[in-house]
Amino acid sequence: MENLLITILLTSIPILLAGLGELVTEKSGVLNLGVEGMMLCGAVAALGSVLIFGNPYIGILFGAIAGILISTVFSFFTITLMTNQVATGLGLTIFATALTGLIGEPFVGKTAASLPKLEIIFLSDIPYIGKILFSNDILVYFAIFLIFFIHFGFQNTKIGIIIRAVGDNHDSAHSIGYSVKLVRWISTSFGGMCAGMGGAYIPLALTPHWSEGMTAGKGWIALALVVFASWMPIRLLIGALIFGGITILQFVAQARGWDVPSQFLNMLPYLATILALALISLKLRHNNYAPACLGKHFLGNK
Amino acid sequence: MTNNLNAMKFIEVKNLSKTFDQFLANDSISLTIKNGEIHALLGENGAGKSTLVKCLYGVVKPTDGQILINGNHVTINNPREARSCGIGMVFQHFSLFPALTVSENILISLDEKITKKHLEDKISIIGKQWGLPIEPTKKVLDLSVGEQQRVEIIRCLLQNPKLLIMDEPTSVLSPQEINQLFKVLRKLANSGCSILYISHKLNEIKQIASKVTILRSGKVISSTSTSKISTTSMAEKMIGKKVKKITKFSKNSFLNSLTAISINNLNRKKISQFGTELKNISFNVKYGEILGIAGVAGNGQVELMNALSGETLGDPDEIIFEDKKIGNTNIKFRRSLGLEFVPEERNGHATVPDITLTENTFLTFYNTYSKNNNFLDDILLSSNMSSNDSISIINDNDVRCPYSNPLADQLSGGNLQKFIVGRSLKANPKVLIISQPTWGVDIGAASEIRSKLLLLAKSGKAIILISQDLDEIYEISNNICVINNGSLSKPKITSKISAKDIGILMGIN
Repeated sequence: MENLLITILLTSIPILLAGLGELVTEKSGVLNLGVEGMMLCGAVAALGSVLIFGNPYIGILFGAIAGILISTVFSFFTITLMTNQVATGLGLTIFATALTGLIGEPFVGKTAASLPKLEIIFLSDIPYIGKILFSNDILVYFAIFLIFFIHFGFQNTKIGIIIRAVGDNHDSAHSIGYSVKLVRWISTSFGGMCAGMGGAYIPLALTPHWSEGMTAGKGWIALALVVFASWMPIRLLIGALIFGGITILQFVAQARGWDVPSQFLNMLPYLATILALALISLKLRHNNYAPACLGKHFLGNK
Repeated sequence: MTNNLNAMKFIEVKNLSKTFDQFLANDSISLTIKNGEIHALLGENGAGKSTLVKCLYGVVKPTDGQILINGNHVTINNPREARSCGIGMVFQHFSLFPALTVSENILISLDEKITKKHLEDKISIIGKQWGLPIEPTKKVLDLSVGEQQRVEIIRCLLQNPKLLIMDEPTSVLSPQEINQLFKVLRKLANSGCSILYISHKLNEIKQIASKVTILRSGKVISSTSTSKISTTSMAEKMIGKKVKKITKFSKNSFLNSLTAISINNLNRKKISQFGTELKNISFNVKYGEILGIAGVAGNGQVELMNALSGETLGDPDEIIFEDKKIGNTNIKFRRSLGLEFVPEERNGHATVPDITLTENTFLTFYNTYSKNNNFLDDILLSSNMSSNDSISIINDNDVRCPYSNPLADQLSGGNLQKFIVGRSLKANPKVLIISQPTWGVDIGAASEIRSKLLLLAKSGKAIILISQDLDEIYEISNNICVINNGSLSKPKITSKISAKDIGILMGIN
């Protein structure tokens, strides 16, 4: 049971990290559908750098940098050149899928070192929950820290309020004297960094081999999760754990020999995504949490 | 000492000019505002008021001329520098963030460092001091328009301004809210803060300002104290020709005629979070009558317009037109019966902005043109007819176009509105339902549109006029009702309802 809970937590980390980043991006008014692509870039950069340098922490760093770099391509097109955000985001994912396939080719069949577990003294000895919560690798702690960091930042810091303001009404933000484009660049880069780290987590902690498209739709789930969480970081954690649980259900079912077709179980996380989105959009008609400027171009002074 | 201070000039503008490409928006404007003076800036749309104010607030850079503050030359490069010179501004379209709280809205516009908690206390104190009560932890989207304006004013006051610029501050307020605002402005002026008050409402300027500067086509036409000029001569100076007096027809002329349209217990659920639910709306309009529906924006006007036009449908007997139950029929059907609709939004609702006027006419009248059942011939024939129609609308209604057959959004607001009203009249409607016909339209075009409406009513047609402009409602309607939070008051004869009564019906004290 303890192991099962740990596995669920670990499985949810990539979508949690990517979701948190996308949440910040969307709060500033940018809809980046390229999360899946950015995660793939993070994954391949992390795996490659670990194979070269041998240190999994370097992998996190390279994953984050790769995420930022690929997100700046998106920012350049959508924020500076004002291309359509949906089309550019989709294009980014398609582009990154092929690019990472090419870069990852030499890594096939090699195994990378995993992130070490960091036990927190005393706390990890607490019965039942100690092993689950306080005996994990650094990215787990980081992801949980990030939830509260973002929550607090949006409520109580000036930069957090500015990001929300830009996503809520970019014309007003401009008239007060903030650079809408700069705020969006930074938020999108933050989203890229988090997606890159989320992607890096997959080879560094879950499956230490490269395979093409190894994120397997986790980026899309993260996108759905942001809507599911109605743009609130703490709800995002709950959502990520639910999706982690559903993913793990497949393996449990196989191990226990339940008489359910494996294809059906594989389908479950995606089915849950669609269901969640459908339910949320029903609810959204009455309660609009979405940033008002989400996906809209800022033209500047007309 | 105080007298001496009051007599001092705070800001002096000398020969300020601003050109955009070839267009001279401000032509060598000079203006002086003393400490503690309420100075009105009057002019039609496009007279150069906004450009001048934007120069003062550092949003645009003047091409030529000087600005002196307390006798010193200054250059104002951006709003931040304007604020540090002691200039604050309340925009006509508020620059607020609906999803943020009052204190968050104010926090991000302050240059000083301050915690949210501390700021919340400060907002309450300033609110008490100046009579601007506001709940700092409320979200802006939950505030009324008047309260939103208070947030803007408090935001300025926190920076201790020496000059407060107010751009058309009363256009969205109820009469009671206007009185309250005037109290605050007078109190501010007494404390030594100058106010530059931009408006095109003459009575208000008489009431609040001590001096008035009138602009026309970028030039100062007159600058004088308000006690020395009548509203009529202000209006004449503003538009540069004699104002046409609208002659009213006899109020009882329609009394014996038939009911054109009757609305019975019309209900609509709200569509969005920010919408208003319509509750049991009932009224009748007779032929020859203009029924004015007053109300502060956002109290159900848009929902009512949508229900009347058929954009939202309900039970058949909610709307009865000449014994026909049409509450569940679509726009096309209603128009074929002789109803016409002019929605509030000119660009994007009443017209398609990026197609030509002829094409817009085509979209409106295609169904009414005679057909030979040959698709291609019909299209060609119809486009010829729509071209003729749009030319005659343009000529009959004095629509001034920048070039022949322009795109709809190339027309100024007033000219586009004249075109839209003219197009509706061309359809020869039995009932015209029109929303905010003169919103943001200059005084000349507005009075032309109003005369057209009066003429239509005189010819025995019924009009439902939804408007936020009380003067307009008083000027042309026979009966008045007030919409407040989705409910409609009983119609009253115009001469028997005072502005104060209307304010009470609007539900704001």
